[in-house]
Amino acid sequence: MSIPILSIVVFLPLAGALLLALVPKDADRSIRAITLLITMATFLASIVVVVWFKAADSGFQMVERHQWVPTAGAHYTLGIDGISLWMVLLTTLLFPISVLASQRVEHRVKAFHVVLLVLETGILGVFLATDLLLFYVFWEAMLIPMYFLIGMWGYGRRVYAAVKFFLYTLVGSLLMLAGIVALYFIGGRTFDLTELTRAEIGFNPQMWLFAAFFASFAIKVPIFPLHTWLPDAHTEAPTAGSVVLAGVLLKMGAYGFLRFSIPLFPDASRGFAPWLALLGVIGIVYGGAVSIVQKDLKRLIAYSSVSHLGFVVLGIGALTTSATSGSVLQMVSHGLSTGLLFLLVGMLYERAHTREIADLGGINRLMPVFGGVFLFASLASLGLPGLSGFVGEFLILNGTFDVYRGLAIVGTTGVVLAAVYLLWVYERVFTGPAKIPESQRRSIWRDMSVREIIVVAPLVALILFIGLYPKPLLARIEPSVVRMLDTAGGVVEVAAR
Amino acid sequence: MKPLYVAGASFWAVAPEAILAAGGMIVLLSASFLRPRARSVPTILSCLVLLAGAVAAVLAIASDAYPSAAFDGTIALDGFATFMKVTVALGALVTILASQHFLSAEGGPAGEFLGLVLFASSGMMLMASAADLIVIFIALETFSLAFYVLAAYRRRRLDSQEGALKYFLTGSFSSAFFLYGTALVFGFAGTTRLAGVADAVRNSSAPRGLLVAGLALLIVGLGFKVAAVPFHMWTPDVYQGSPAPVSGFMAAGAKAAGFAAMLRVLMTAFDSSVSDWRPVLTGLAVLTMLLGSIVAVAQTNVKRMLAYSSIAHSGFLLIGVAAANSRGISGSLFYLLAYTFSIIGAFAVVYAIGRPGEERVTLKDYRGLGTREPFLAGAFALFLVSLAGIPPTAGFWAKFEVFSAAVSAGQTPLVVLGVLASAVAAFFYLRVIVLMFLEDSPEWEGTPAPSTAFSMGLAIIVAGAVVVIVGVLPGPLLKLAGDSLLLFR
Repeated sequence: MSIPILSIVVFLPLAGALLLALVPKDADRSIRAITLLITMATFLASIVVVVWFKAADSGFQMVERHQWVPTAGAHYTLGIDGISLWMVLLTTLLFPISVLASQRVEHRVKAFHVVLLVLETGILGVFLATDLLLFYVFWEAMLIPMYFLIGMWGYGRRVYAAVKFFLYTLVGSLLMLAGIVALYFIGGRTFDLTELTRAEIGFNPQMWLFAAFFASFAIKVPIFPLHTWLPDAHTEAPTAGSVVLAGVLLKMGAYGFLRFSIPLFPDASRGFAPWLALLGVIGIVYGGAVSIVQKDLKRLIAYSSVSHLGFVVLGIGALTTSATSGSVLQMVSHGLSTGLLFLLVGMLYERAHTREIADLGGINRLMPVFGGVFLFASLASLGLPGLSGFVGEFLILNGTFDVYRGLAIVGTTGVVLAAVYLLWVYERVFTGPAKIPESQRRSIWRDMSVREIIVVAPLVALILFIGLYPKPLLARIEPSVVRMLDTAGGVVEVAAR
Repeated sequence: MKPLYVAGASFWAVAPEAILAAGGMIVLLSASFLRPRARSVPTILSCLVLLAGAVAAVLAIASDAYPSAAFDGTIALDGFATFMKVTVALGALVTILASQHFLSAEGGPAGEFLGLVLFASSGMMLMASAADLIVIFIALETFSLAFYVLAAYRRRRLDSQEGALKYFLTGSFSSAFFLYGTALVFGFAGTTRLAGVADAVRNSSAPRGLLVAGLALLIVGLGFKVAAVPFHMWTPDVYQGSPAPVSGFMAAGAKAAGFAAMLRVLMTAFDSSVSDWRPVLTGLAVLTMLLGSIVAVAQTNVKRMLAYSSIAHSGFLLIGVAAANSRGISGSLFYLLAYTFSIIGAFAVVYAIGRPGEERVTLKDYRGLGTREPFLAGAFALFLVSLAGIPPTAGFWAKFEVFSAAVSAGQTPLVVLGVLASAVAAFFYLRVIVLMFLEDSPEWEGTPAPSTAFSMGLAIIVAGAVVVIVGVLPGPLLKLAGDSLLLFR
């Protein structure tokens, strides 16, 4: 394939950011329009990738490989497989939506959109790089725009949240850097993922290297007890930031386990897998329990991410085809449903200027459509059969049941907890008597505008689609997962579908 | 071109140094004869001199027929020296551009300033190719003397006087240490030529006490110059008291020269006694990067913060030296180049923000700068990110190279300490970025913006471009640094 489609996907947003630099500072409308066009174009480019993707091929496809830093042995290598395919698509889908959802950002509009576009390039690079050093560069480079996104356009304690996010992630990343450098020398002087996977690495170095990578990925997921940066960052970030954080950034940690930790350190991964699964279950229960008692709507959804990502980690720890495929699907599904929830909370905040659950009530009477969409998102998030959340969680629990029966049973309570916190919050915020004075209702409490419906529609449609017919996704995820588990010596069986 | 031989000496071998020294004198004189209005003439002249010096350094090794050593083996001509010389020349060039505003606004004598910068550069260049302990000492004194004067350039200010005096005293001590070390090594080896010392270290059966003591004193002497802990005490005061562009030049140039000499001495004369000095350097590296990073967190003066950060960077560079392999040398070369542009750029911004007299150098003066001065704040953020070693900037590759060298030398624990120190360092760099971009400053609103003269802007843009371009595509430069070692001796 002569067209470097993956490079186009990665660098189109960056090119857009450079283009924006030429636009006058106060031309808000053109800035928004250009950003939207660029992100849409990136989305279309990633659709091309999906079309060209060969479902049966489990390895990396559309590979691009060039010399980059010869003396360091680093190549510019991009590739895509069934695991990264959907991460890329999720990213390119969520960005135009975030741009559309940020029409109310009126403070340093140009910088905001530049940062957003740079961030998109960083994230896509993380998902597509198959050279460890290139991966690391993207992984770290992405920190800076995210930091500014939270710190400059966030709410309340945004500076605290941004710094906390940055330092947590940086400490993990730097330990991973030490691991990457060590891996280079242990694994035969290469950063190429495919070559490193073939390298024979002794058990002890594997354990150390796994620990170094774990530091970075576990903080990013985040795995309990390293999750404390998440509620702050998610709550204080602007809507676009929360959507990107929850929708895509958290997936980078789990993706890192699947892409790097397990294939590169198979023996260590098998050793750590039970602990990973245990930490996943702790995350499920802890995140769910803490969500119930949250007073702030956005914080509640932030904590629910800890619970949902616990499922993902559990599925990774199970190392079975169906559980791990379920993890990949759950990542997509969580990106859609939690992204949707954050969008809705953002819209609510624009009207109510509060996110305190106690100050809200009876919104269904004022905004019936909005209430309906929120209910839909909650149901998707708690895993109602027929919606996307169900498929992933079912596969994970089903696949885990064979290997860690007890953990799977405890993990199931996460679904119950999700029902409790989501339905209870729905009841408090949307039903009952309205708490808003009559005078405000007409002017501010308009139901969803056309723009807002356009923003949420694709997410609603995809949640339904995946819930009813997940096969196109699973058909592409599974071969790559099987291949990965095969190299890692995991349990390979035919997934229940 | 036939080399000009005079009694076993090849003057072409020291052409870059000679060009800079002669150019320095011309600049010095020209400034006295020109009318004050023709202020830009000496500046342009010095820039041309520096470029000529860099070109001469490249030409010196471009020809295959060229001798690899001159002046009876006291001057080495190799890629290593050339790389350092070009680094020094470019650093000095950016410094001169960044100093224009200082010279015109504070009315200092420009000719002397430019002349001193050229003399200092000449000494630093000589340091890079000196292959004899005595020549190293001469080079050390040449650039140190110029720096003592530059540090005191605001001679009516107390902090400037204090810094310069401290610099002078500790500098003299360190020179004495170095000289005494030279004497002891001479006592052991019977020569001060590095090649001769190397032979003696390998083959001599004389008691090694003298050698070890001499080596220790040499390390102390150079440790002062590169501000390694515990020989760093002078650094914050000197960097605070000197005009910011000078501080940047000092931080970059003196460190580059010091490390050039350290690398050459340790890796050529003492390469067979690595086990003697590696533990010492490892210890110095740990102390230096940890103390530098941690103390920088407590600073409220930006110049002092950058001073401690420059100490921490010495620690990272020492990791490369302690690796004692070719990757360590080439990595240090690359590091010094990346660091030169980052720190000179950062100090240039500090001057632009501080304005004539540098009244605004505390952290609170940086509050809300992102709104008032997006260009300066953005550039400063870029330099800080590079100093913090975050990709895609040159600073990342610098750290990556020295860490790689250390891992390949089996010093992984040192690297783990290094990354932890980097995390601490990232904290205080980040804090400045927080202040600039994430906090508002109503009290400064309405005050006139700091003026950014054309040359200052140019200096910042050049340094920033290098930091970014090298950060994205480090390949060619890393290759150059690696190739520089082919003839290393």
